[in-house]
Amino acid sequence: MIRYFTIILALVFSALTAPASAHPHVWVTMQSQLVYAPDGTVTGIRHAWTFDDVFSTYATQGIAQKTKGKFTREELHTLAKENVDSLQEYGFFNYAFIDGGRRKDAFAAPADYWLDYENDALTLNFTLPFKTPVKAKELRIDIHDPEFFVNFEFADKDPVKLANAPAACTFTVIKPNDNKFSIQRLDKSFTESNINEGMGAHYGSKIAVKCP
Amino acid sequence: MTFRRLSAAVILAACAIVCFTIADALAQQTGPFGAPRPPSIPQADGIVGWILAKQAEFYRSFSGLIRAAKSDGSAVWTLLGLSFLYGIFHAAGPGHGKAVISSYMVASGETWRRGVVLSFVSALAQALVAIAVVSIAAGLIGVTRRTMDVTVQWIEIASYAMIAVLGLSLTWTKGRGFIAAWRGQEHAHGHTHSHSHAHDHDHHHHHEGHHHHGTHDHKHHSHDDHHGHSHGPEPEELAGPGGWKRGLSAIVAVGLRPCSGAILVLVFALAQGLYWAGVAATFMIGLGTAITVAAIATLAITAKNLAARFSSGGEGRGALLIRGVELAAALLVLVFGVALLTGYMTSERLL
Repeated sequence: MIRYFTIILALVFSALTAPASAHPHVWVTMQSQLVYAPDGTVTGIRHAWTFDDVFSTYATQGIAQKTKGKFTREELHTLAKENVDSLQEYGFFNYAFIDGGRRKDAFAAPADYWLDYENDALTLNFTLPFKTPVKAKELRIDIHDPEFFVNFEFADKDPVKLANAPAACTFTVIKPNDNKFSIQRLDKSFTESNINEGMGAHYGSKIAVKCP
Repeated sequence: MTFRRLSAAVILAACAIVCFTIADALAQQTGPFGAPRPPSIPQADGIVGWILAKQAEFYRSFSGLIRAAKSDGSAVWTLLGLSFLYGIFHAAGPGHGKAVISSYMVASGETWRRGVVLSFVSALAQALVAIAVVSIAAGLIGVTRRTMDVTVQWIEIASYAMIAVLGLSLTWTKGRGFIAAWRGQEHAHGHTHSHSHAHDHDHHHHHEGHHHHGTHDHKHHSHDDHHGHSHGPEPEELAGPGGWKRGLSAIVAVGLRPCSGAILVLVFALAQGLYWAGVAATFMIGLGTAITVAAIATLAITAKNLAARFSSGGEGRGALLIRGVELAAALLVLVFGVALLTGYMTSERLL
């Protein structure tokens, strides 16, 4: 009996001390654009990721600057390359689902990328190309860090745009822990919809595009 | 006997509360339609989720408060208060520090007083390392964050290696103690007694028991009479039979690794021209961390002491049980060290 108590105690103790996950240390506010080819396929995603001021300050620490408090694109070029290279290890935190199925290894390395610095915040601009352009009735892009070190959220203003998409395409922006999703037509009419209610249970920022 | 029954009830109740809390937290990870959440996503609901959300909230408010403090002095007080709370929550949620410290305390048979002191000193060391790294690297030399990342990485590796070595040495000592107790149980009763004498640092645990269970069999307590019944923390007693050297290895191993949150906040405060506010905030984070780690370590030690009291009826078996718990805790320290070192377990990472 006593022995069982001790075993239980040991189990409880190890459960208590088991390291849990950390909270995010980097916050990214996103504006994303899906780029369409004339044939209606999606060729890639143009991302603009703005980092929080604390991380931006840390990232730019020690970088030589001509004017104090300002960084030019050239001064930030090395850092931009470093960011893009290291993001590749994490698959750019972008997960593509085509007609409901996950497409692994969907993206190629970005060809164009740069960093801007404004109001103490860095913005990483890059185009993430699909290895093969995507033709899908339903395309979903999930953006999140499984380790939750980086927190991704969409900007309040213009979070997602479709560039040169066929007119019938509609998209939904799904924010984490948000039960009200905004559904937007290409003509920019803005209506509230609760058809996707419950999807918020799945954590992560998502873009869902439907092209019938 | 009534005392033993009472403590059995207390432990059972404590176990039930903790188990239900954990079960509840796990259950809440299931989606509203019974569909399991993707396993790769660590964000949890329930208590863990709440702790994470609070930490994130506090952490995010730091930059605004540091900016505000430049023109409004009262913002500093809010910053310090939130830093303190952040420290409390931070240690309750992630991080390996409390796990290693608690396991170390249980394995090496520390008193709870020493546990509290070690928790505070290790948290202070952690704050000092963060301040030293940022002051020298960013303040004096002005290196890039890449160099700082590498510096922190090397400090991490050193810290993890020391935890592994500490675990190895504890496992060696406690493994021998366990084997000795095992053999002692198989042999005559007298053997056991002499064996347990070798572990004189454990005797502190029995102190509290003396006063309460008057009807209890006192025979096995006779060997710690030389400790007397003084309950004031004499410095020598606090230092323990192994002196401070033994505890120092644990402090350095855990405290060496700075918290990345503190480093980010310090660099930000430095850039904003309000470095002292960052330094003060870092110390407050350390104070908060120390309180949580001390509480968890005390809980672990108390649990072990109660188990020791339970098993005190059967001398040989009881000793074996306690040696077993100590060995398990020592192995846990070793596992933490190796897991951290091999990158199997990452507590935090910098981009």
